[in-house]
Amino acid sequence: MTNISKSKYKDYKADRLKYPEMENGKPIIDLESHKFTKIWQGPQHPGVTGNMSLEVIINGDEVVNSKTHVGYLHRGFEKLMERRKYIQCFPIVCRMCVPEPDTNEYCVSAAMEDLAGIVIPEKAEWLRTLNLEMSRLGSFLMWIGGQASSLGMGAIGQWTIGMRDFWLDLFEEMTGGRVYHMYMIPGGVRKDLPAGFKEKAKDLIIKTRNLLFDIEKSFFNNAIVKSRLIGLGIISPEMVDEYGIVGPNARASGREYDVRINNPYVKYAELNIKMITSTIGDAYARAELRYQEIHQSLDLISQILDKIPDNGEIQAKLPNVLHWKIPAGQTYVKAESTRGEHGFYMVSDGSEYPRRVFLRGASYTHAISVLEKLIVNVSISDIAALMVSLQTCPPEIER
Amino acid sequence: MKLKDILSPFSVWKKAAQKPWTIIDPINDRPGAENYRGFHRNDFEKCIGCGSCEEICQNAAIDMVPVEGQETKEGNSGLRPRIDYGRCCWCALCVDVCPTGSLTMSNEYTWIADEPEEYRFVPGAAKTKWHDEEKGYKRSQDIQLIDYDRVDMFELSPQERDKSFIEIVKGYNKEQAMKEAERCLECGICIATCPAHMDIPGYIAAIRDDDIENAFRILYETNPLPEICGRICTHKCETVCALHNNGESIAIRWLKRYIADQIPPEKYKEVLGTEHLEDPILNKKVAIIGAGPAGISAAYYLAIMGYKVKIYEALPDSGGMARYGIPEYRLPYDQIDMDYDYIKSLGVEIQFNTKVGEDISLEQLHSDYDAVFTGTGLHLGRSTRISGSDNERVYFATDLLREVSLGNEIDVAENIVVIGGGNVAMDITRTLTRLQNQKFGKVQVLTTSLESEDIMPADREEVVEAREEKAIIDPGWGPKKIEIENGKIKGLHVVKCTSVFDEEGRFNPKFDENQKKFFEADMIVESIGQGMDLSYLSEEIKSGLKFGSRGRIQVNENFQSDLKWLFIGGDIIEGPDVIHGIANGHIAAKAIDTFLKK
Repeated sequence: MTNISKSKYKDYKADRLKYPEMENGKPIIDLESHKFTKIWQGPQHPGVTGNMSLEVIINGDEVVNSKTHVGYLHRGFEKLMERRKYIQCFPIVCRMCVPEPDTNEYCVSAAMEDLAGIVIPEKAEWLRTLNLEMSRLGSFLMWIGGQASSLGMGAIGQWTIGMRDFWLDLFEEMTGGRVYHMYMIPGGVRKDLPAGFKEKAKDLIIKTRNLLFDIEKSFFNNAIVKSRLIGLGIISPEMVDEYGIVGPNARASGREYDVRINNPYVKYAELNIKMITSTIGDAYARAELRYQEIHQSLDLISQILDKIPDNGEIQAKLPNVLHWKIPAGQTYVKAESTRGEHGFYMVSDGSEYPRRVFLRGASYTHAISVLEKLIVNVSISDIAALMVSLQTCPPEIER
Repeated sequence: MKLKDILSPFSVWKKAAQKPWTIIDPINDRPGAENYRGFHRNDFEKCIGCGSCEEICQNAAIDMVPVEGQETKEGNSGLRPRIDYGRCCWCALCVDVCPTGSLTMSNEYTWIADEPEEYRFVPGAAKTKWHDEEKGYKRSQDIQLIDYDRVDMFELSPQERDKSFIEIVKGYNKEQAMKEAERCLECGICIATCPAHMDIPGYIAAIRDDDIENAFRILYETNPLPEICGRICTHKCETVCALHNNGESIAIRWLKRYIADQIPPEKYKEVLGTEHLEDPILNKKVAIIGAGPAGISAAYYLAIMGYKVKIYEALPDSGGMARYGIPEYRLPYDQIDMDYDYIKSLGVEIQFNTKVGEDISLEQLHSDYDAVFTGTGLHLGRSTRISGSDNERVYFATDLLREVSLGNEIDVAENIVVIGGGNVAMDITRTLTRLQNQKFGKVQVLTTSLESEDIMPADREEVVEAREEKAIIDPGWGPKKIEIENGKIKGLHVVKCTSVFDEEGRFNPKFDENQKKFFEADMIVESIGQGMDLSYLSEEIKSGLKFGSRGRIQVNENFQSDLKWLFIGGDIIEGPDVIHGIANGHIAAKAIDTFLKK
């Protein structure tokens, strides 16, 4: 914001105090004037989070205006589900978010259970809680690697992706799949914990804590990180309401809202969990908040492991799934993903197929409108860092 | 800027001295987890080719295909799932839904092949390296995506039923029927097995949709006796039901009864669209001998095609063996009448008490009618021909059952032995226990058969219910001699039967003469099979027919005999049971139509 890039040209200075000129509160951007350059960041660009694209207009090194473009990843999940029987939906929804598929699985199963009036067994609730929290942890580990890499620190990304893989090993043992777990189905979960799982998970928690200690020293206590992230992409408390910002992005701006605490689902009400907030609202505050939430996740996982009952049913009895009809109705089920409130709206018309399934993902606002607002005046070298600090996930936008 | 923030990041250098986490050779050093969802396995011994996996696959990655070495047989379509790994998403829903548990997944996740086509194969047929692996994803016993438990049927308790001939099974109500219909996988294996090839998944689906009228129309497409079949069908469909492999098969028979019970008789014509079918539109006539299931089935389909049909029946009422061979507690007579009254209302005429061969000759029928269908059934008893079996107190089960149905009193003794292990033996046993209960207030009937308990041909529930009604079933004995003293029966000598069939599966009983028993009795009933009475066929007609094994007349696949005008079906050709008769009658009706239009 304060760095004004220096121009080689004598007749034109990229003076951000002068350009763009404003008329009725709107910038006049005329590409023919040679004062501005249009560049595309994405859809193939290591600096964007997934397949989306930013059409950025810069003056010197600084962004003057930007438009976000989506549509590179559209697979029509919501529409596909309208042609699938209820039980056939769970292998689809997990693909709406690669790093954190389980929130989708949970929401779609819980929505069906809500509409059909199915109460799932106690143990299944605990296993779901464990699965959801492990999935949050996996997603955070991926995020922190991305945040570090966006600032040029590839090593931290390698550590965390490596550590995430150890957690994926646990997912593999628990669910039978590494990335897409397809673990939660309407009525409960598909498998019980394998023998020795709790011990392995507890060991890995210690290992992860050690890694986090390294990350704290190299990433958070880092002059470069601080100089680049502090003051970047400030979200004001007013913006939270204006844009509908949720999750860590909102909590870092002082909004005390976490679905796990405000509207506890599965077994979160029985866990000791504290709201983490910050009032600064810049990229560094968001990073620190997420870092604390990683610790919180590890703490929750060990609480859950202690509380999971050894015995009990894992699946409520379903009617024959080949022609399972759910009574007509509608419901909205939400959960806290790492990006914020993640909700599924489901309508049933009483037939064997869902009439409408709608996903409200946090990224829809964060990656489209919030990013367009925050990107103005940011140096192009910081676009990636800004985007990752909002932790956006394009597949969630294009369901 | 703090000095700490500049120095602290250099601490990462310590990582340079640490061992990397990378696995050097993941293909060999890193097997999948215990329940990893890898490539599929299919156990052909268990797989019945029901296609539930194909149905549930949301990626349409599974096709059911014929496989070399897999034959189509009863309860097995002979098809096997072929999986396209270009489409498969490894969700394992196919494994969870597999009713036999044959389909599982290995923990193998790496595989290299040159041709893309190789990634589409039939697991189990292609020899894959993971085929014999133990590890991998299997359906957890804790989850059930299909309901394997049958909805219980309300039945009278032994105390409520053992003195009367009131129907035992009470039938499903709407809620129960819909719940039971919900369980169907719609695999259609039952259709192939049912002799009449009824559209079973079709009418079960109609029950689920609560569209009983449509269900009723589906029944009549292939079976004009739903009230009868809904009660006493031998339900081969249930024996092969895909759910039978891992749980209880769908109560197909009772669902059929549920449909038939819902439609009042006065609405039959309206529902089936036969209101205007009064006068035959074709000027050809068909005579039918015997008003049993085969005859009435042929009559029904001929009548709705527009033929004039007349049935000649020797006994005073309709139903054949369904009425005169099956006790009322299993099949109440008013239910038989309900099916028959509807068919009679379509213009089918039945002339009772008219025995062909005595009251009217077959030649006469041949000259009066354009075609003749005969389904005269198995009404004669067979004798063991052991010493003493010619005594007047030795009866045939078929004769006694007929007498009971006719309403005639039979002279029930206090101590009875029944010889036979089939359903007819159970019918007479349970009829006699009721009559004894009515007459003496106690039961003393003993039923013995050549076959041991495990291979008794009677339905299991019949044996169980007979015992509940205090009959003694003592199987595995061969009758040797009936002990007679002063012309009165004292009892039956039996010896242990060690095996009934020889190695080639032929009837060739072996006995152990050292193991003997004596069953005291003053009345003995033989129920070791039924014979046919073909005395109505004159020598001239017989000379025009061919006879096959066990004296059965040979007919072609349309039940047409060598005499082109004579069609033959029912128990004397196939079975013996109701559903074969119905199927024969239907096929013969179509063949008669073709024959008469030539």
